[in-house]
Amino acid sequence: MGANLSTVASVLALISALAAAVAAVLRLRQRRAIATDAQRATYQVLHTAGMAAEPLRAGLDRVNAAKAVRHLRTLVGAPGLALVGADGVIALDGRGAHHNAQLAAAGERAIAQHRSAVLGESDLPCDRVDCIVRGAVVAPLTGADGASEAVLVAIADGQPAPGLVQATLETARWAAAQLALAELDSSRDRLARAEVRALRAQISPHFIYNALTAIASFVRTDPERARELILEFAEFTRYSFRAHGEFTTLAEELRSIDRYLTIERARFGDRLQVRLQIAPEVLPVSLPFLCLQPLVENAIRHGLSRKPGVGMVSIDATDAGAECHITVEDDGVGMDPATLIAGMAQAAAESDDSGQHVGLSNVDERLRSAFGDQFGLVVETALGAGMKVSMRVPKFHPGVRA
Amino acid sequence: MINAAHNPFVIPTVVLMTVATVAIGFYGLRLARTTSDFLVASRMVSPAWNAAAIGGEYLSAASFLGIAGLILKNGVDVLWYPVGFAAGYLALLLFVAAPLRRSGAFTLPDFCEMRLGSRRLRTLATVFVVFIGWLYLVPQLQGAGLTLATVTGAPYALGALLVCVVVTANVALGGMRAITFVQAFQYWLKLTALAVPAIFLVLVWNADGRPSPVDGLTFPQATVVTIEHPATLTMTDGSVLTVKAGDELTFPAGAAVPAVAGMADGLDWLLPGRGGSLFGTYSLILATFLGTMGLPHVLVRFYTNRDGAAARRTTLVVLAMVGAFYLLPTIYGALGRIYTPQLLLTGDTDAAVLLLPSAAIGTGLGGQLLAALVAAGAFAAFLSTSSGLLTSVAGVLATDVFGRGGSVHTFRLAAVAGGVIPLLLALNVASLDVSQVVGLAFAVAASSFCPLLVLGIWWRGLTAAGAVAGIVTGGGAAVAAVLVTVLGPPLSGWPAEAVAQPAAWTVPLAFTTMVLVSLATRRHLPGTVGATMLRLHAPESLHL
Repeated sequence: MGANLSTVASVLALISALAAAVAAVLRLRQRRAIATDAQRATYQVLHTAGMAAEPLRAGLDRVNAAKAVRHLRTLVGAPGLALVGADGVIALDGRGAHHNAQLAAAGERAIAQHRSAVLGESDLPCDRVDCIVRGAVVAPLTGADGASEAVLVAIADGQPAPGLVQATLETARWAAAQLALAELDSSRDRLARAEVRALRAQISPHFIYNALTAIASFVRTDPERARELILEFAEFTRYSFRAHGEFTTLAEELRSIDRYLTIERARFGDRLQVRLQIAPEVLPVSLPFLCLQPLVENAIRHGLSRKPGVGMVSIDATDAGAECHITVEDDGVGMDPATLIAGMAQAAAESDDSGQHVGLSNVDERLRSAFGDQFGLVVETALGAGMKVSMRVPKFHPGVRA
Repeated sequence: MINAAHNPFVIPTVVLMTVATVAIGFYGLRLARTTSDFLVASRMVSPAWNAAAIGGEYLSAASFLGIAGLILKNGVDVLWYPVGFAAGYLALLLFVAAPLRRSGAFTLPDFCEMRLGSRRLRTLATVFVVFIGWLYLVPQLQGAGLTLATVTGAPYALGALLVCVVVTANVALGGMRAITFVQAFQYWLKLTALAVPAIFLVLVWNADGRPSPVDGLTFPQATVVTIEHPATLTMTDGSVLTVKAGDELTFPAGAAVPAVAGMADGLDWLLPGRGGSLFGTYSLILATFLGTMGLPHVLVRFYTNRDGAAARRTTLVVLAMVGAFYLLPTIYGALGRIYTPQLLLTGDTDAAVLLLPSAAIGTGLGGQLLAALVAAGAFAAFLSTSSGLLTSVAGVLATDVFGRGGSVHTFRLAAVAGGVIPLLLALNVASLDVSQVVGLAFAVAASSFCPLLVLGIWWRGLTAAGAVAGIVTGGGAAVAAVLVTVLGPPLSGWPAEAVAQPAAWTVPLAFTTMVLVSLATRRHLPGTVGATMLRLHAPESLHL
């Protein structure tokens, strides 16, 4: 067993030696990259600015401001630095915390007047013996529209030197640019959310028209069936027009497809056959609402309705570890892949509902926006060979839940 | 030594069972679920099926072989193993089942990301899932090697290698998916394989005049014992004999069984607290009660439930099914002392279940068929458990290590990587008891994922930093204990005990660290904690 002990010791020694080697290589590379003092200074400024940029880009709340102000003070080189908003000091780093009220007042003035100011000793009276605050530079963070939401106040331990004024103004300008970028980020997020909302699932107008004409044909001959169909249609629209939630479960989606197919069967009769092979393990998977029904509709419209005789639509869902694989396949006329690609591109460019492939590209985009770009639709087709549309759905994705 | 090598039924039965399992895996879905009826197709898995499937994956070689061996050797003290293995589902039912299902998480790393939104924590959880998976795979391969060696006389390494190759190939090629039907079938197969011979064994024991398993043990027939581990024997005439591996002892029929130093004997076997220490017992209770909720292959099955209430119902049924199963190994352990006492001398106690039918019932047709049934059940035990574990390990390796959205190819690669390492470990730890290694896997799970799940579900104050610190400290300590046990030198005194059964100190350590660090980093509470907690605890019917 002594041999075992030495084995453990040697493994541990090997691991620590490797770690030490990696650390040494990293340090050496860092050192080699910086040759002169000027380079080092540039590197340090950029590095500090980068550290400050991260919290600034997240917006000006107290936690982020406190993180940013620490690095900004290094950039300015003042004994104290405060970020002041319209309603008081947001964050302060270094000395001068007991001047909060005066700093807030100065900040408020600067925001109202949109201009920077230098405060002298007389502007900052203090009865503390050990107070080092002798002056301050107030620089507003001016946004793109000329208005400013906050000001940067650098505290000086003497009459503010021109160098400090310059540094504070430049730092304020840089920080204002970062805040503008933060604004841009958040508006981009809002835009993306609006796009997702606009991408909302829609049932096709063709289907509503076809369903109503099919039901109309039964009203005289078979009123009972017509009534049932109308009820199915009502249930289907209730699901499709529901207001809450972007996501649903595979089980729910299948139930809605069942209603949809009941109505389509009224049109096609025995010509339409359906084969299902669903692994029960994946029924709880969450997926974008109404992302399967358009594929089935597509299979019927482009596959079966242009073909004589019986047509088969198969829906398969299999369990694949952390993902679920779903395919919708028809044995219809198929199409030339080039036509399909051109049609999809056109549909994407025009975002127009009358296109033949709106269903497919809409589902594709919604899948990508929900799960990421690697989870788009895969279409396999050729003239006369039917069409198979497959998708992969991860069983868990943060933010996706029915 | 009684050997089942002459039993012509064992190999065909085992092969038939394996082929049936693999075939159901490949073709079961097509046969069972092809329909044109949407009502049938959108029917969720019922709690009873789900529970049988969980039982099928959960009842491993440790349950099937190990517990009987431990009882044979150590007596009533180790009854905490079966009790704990079953009662772990009580903790799961009370604290975790429904909220975990409502979280929508498929794996433990998913839960970390959903609850605390930290990539770093997700990575750490992945590391622990892989480690626990591997540690749990080792005893399965060990059991496979042992079973094959016992029933065919093949070398230990060959059995482990063979099963590892079969399982890895099967998982990599997609045969052993988490198919409910296959796993439920495995549960009933395992239950049958232990229950039917157990009935006959009890009848034989009754017919023999109910000999006592406590003392006065005698060899039922003339026996040649080949010693495998050095031991000190106390003969019935009081003389002490020291034997080493390779020695052969011959006992005539009816000779008294000598007492082996270090193994429970006489009243020690029957009364609690004589063999083990109090610390070890509490450790074991903590590890098994709290470890079940951290087993990766068990948790993924909860995703299949319709909602939180169904998850709870499933856990309740699992508790009943697993509890019923664990009555059986106890019978085998007790009867093993009467009919296969030579195992006490060879130290090969894990083989008790396999040898008992032919030893007690005889090598006639009936005995041979029952022995074949038990062997098939044992193979089902480690095939299903190791497939489930390997699928989980390969799944997290493929998504979190080789990159999300990976192809089938990366999953195959991950399956091979996930299968090779436990094989290497299994070949090196042949001397450990199957149940002991499983106990260590439970200890690691209890000191890493149990605090994370319990605090994550029931305490708003948990932060990502706290979770990381708790897992690293508690889980890390348990992992260190495991590595010392498996690779390190033999210890004595209290360090030996603290390392062999670490849960009693690593679990409180993990909880304390997690709470303290969370309190210290209170400012970094995820902003969405209210929404997350509501999602975990509000019933689905509210449609929030």
